[in-house]
Amino acid sequence: MSASTPTHPQDLRPDRKKTKLGYNVLGLVIAVVMAFPVYWLIISALRPNHEIRSYDQTLWPSSITFDNFARAVKQPNFATAIQSSLIISITAVVGGMIIATLAALAVGRFRFTGRRALLMVLILVQMLPPTAMLIPIYAQLNAMGGLNEYWGVIVVYLVSTLPFATVMIRGFVVNIPVELEESAMVDGCTRMGAFRRIIFPLLAPGLAASSIFALVNAWNEYLFAYILMNDDSKYTLNVWLMTFTTERGTDYGALMAASTMIALPVVVFFMFIQKKMATGLTSGAVKG
Amino acid sequence: MLPYLLILPAIVALAAVYAYPLVKTVIMSFQDMGRRELWTGESPPWVGFDQFTNILGDAEFWHVTLRTVVFMAVCVVATMAIGLLVSLLMMRLSTWVRLTLTTALIAAWSMPLLVASSIFRWLADSDYGLVNTIIAKFAGDDWLGHNWFLDPLQGFAVIAALVIWGAIPFVVITLYAALTQVPGELTEAAQLDGASAFGVFRFVTWPVIKPVFIMVTTLSVIWDFNVFGQIWLLRGNKPEPDYETLGLYSFSKAFTSTSFSQGTAIALVTVLMLSGVAVYYLRQLMKTGEVE
Repeated sequence: MSASTPTHPQDLRPDRKKTKLGYNVLGLVIAVVMAFPVYWLIISALRPNHEIRSYDQTLWPSSITFDNFARAVKQPNFATAIQSSLIISITAVVGGMIIATLAALAVGRFRFTGRRALLMVLILVQMLPPTAMLIPIYAQLNAMGGLNEYWGVIVVYLVSTLPFATVMIRGFVVNIPVELEESAMVDGCTRMGAFRRIIFPLLAPGLAASSIFALVNAWNEYLFAYILMNDDSKYTLNVWLMTFTTERGTDYGALMAASTMIALPVVVFFMFIQKKMATGLTSGAVKG
Repeated sequence: MLPYLLILPAIVALAAVYAYPLVKTVIMSFQDMGRRELWTGESPPWVGFDQFTNILGDAEFWHVTLRTVVFMAVCVVATMAIGLLVSLLMMRLSTWVRLTLTTALIAAWSMPLLVASSIFRWLADSDYGLVNTIIAKFAGDDWLGHNWFLDPLQGFAVIAALVIWGAIPFVVITLYAALTQVPGELTEAAQLDGASAFGVFRFVTWPVIKPVFIMVTTLSVIWDFNVFGQIWLLRGNKPEPDYETLGLYSFSKAFTSTSFSQGTAIALVTVLMLSGVAVYYLRQLMKTGEVE
């Protein structure tokens, strides 16, 4: 009963063809609705300012300009915001990956008391509302002099990558046959050597996916960054984005241009890992 | 010994950033920590259950709770209904349409929360927003300059649109992955036996995707209950009291009224409300063998 057989009676029924066309049209309409805000972001970033400040918004720009980008780049603290975002995200992700890989090896390779409990804790902590942690962390960092310091935010981001990274990397660890590792050790490798020569290369794609994921999360976070860092020279890009809204209103052209620049690396990374994201998310591994 | 050494760094880190704050939340909820205690480092006075009796006796708290629950329910039902329908539709599309739709979903999914919120704020802007321009074309110029956030019901409609739009890609892609696991022979056999389209869904498709559907629904309940950023950002970083959900209510008690203990007590009550859902989720995970 394969659909590819041309003589299949159902394929010849015209109403069936019509339904298929109907489905396809509906599918395209949904695609347009879902993509529209993204289109609007890019088009608003590129259109002249007089069209943005107009009561008659048009779906298509009359001309393309980079003025909005020029204004966005001139917004104070752009360069320092890039720097802060990079320092914070990269440090947090590298640290988080090391700790998560160690933990993932433990839960993926060994049976030990408390293993299940650890997995449950990893899943449960992701369900805590952010304010439940924000207030005590703010008070604690304040007492330790960690407000307005990179390390405070880095520690928070690092730990918030641990739950999903551990569960995700564990998924890759359990797929590497133990025999590979054992035969390497029989051949004279130490446990460390077996890890370095056998496990690590096989784990690399999983590590890459998890770190991109963690990087995107850290790059996108704004609440902790906003509350824990008040010094405007240490704003991250997302917090910097908020400076486009002032008492006098919002410069939407520049805001859309700046947003485009911030979203662009995320979109590119996302394309690489989207398949793994869906699986990672359903295993309860990722915070929304 | 080795596994414990391997998990030690993770345990220490989790203890520092999750466990300790949670314990601290409990402690602070039984104290009265305000601005003075925060800056002087004096230990705040113990007040027993006062914070909780204050909160639970405050009509505003119950308003906020009701608002949070209703908002969550609307968002979850809409997200799951639309998500399920779109994923079923995906099964019936030509390949190129399916790829187009998947690309659109991923583009929407990859928008950072702050960027997505900025776009929706811009679309719903009272003076220069596209939404008003379009409605005015059909319903008259009265709509130009219409402020969507004057009436919280309309404002929440915009916020819900943002939340649902942001959640649909994950739901659709996950459910579609589950749908592709439904054995084609079963569907065909059911059709041959004369089952209607609904019958096939009810008795063949649904049993297969049910565990995934329940898991995604549970996650959505938790996420939408904790919605914070979308409201906060659409209301220009200072939401009016009418826009407060439990997370924002707790936040504003802590940081705007600088009653940190009130804030933590509200957060603690929220955690307790959600713990039932979380335990249910965990049991589902164990049933499907994710945690073994």
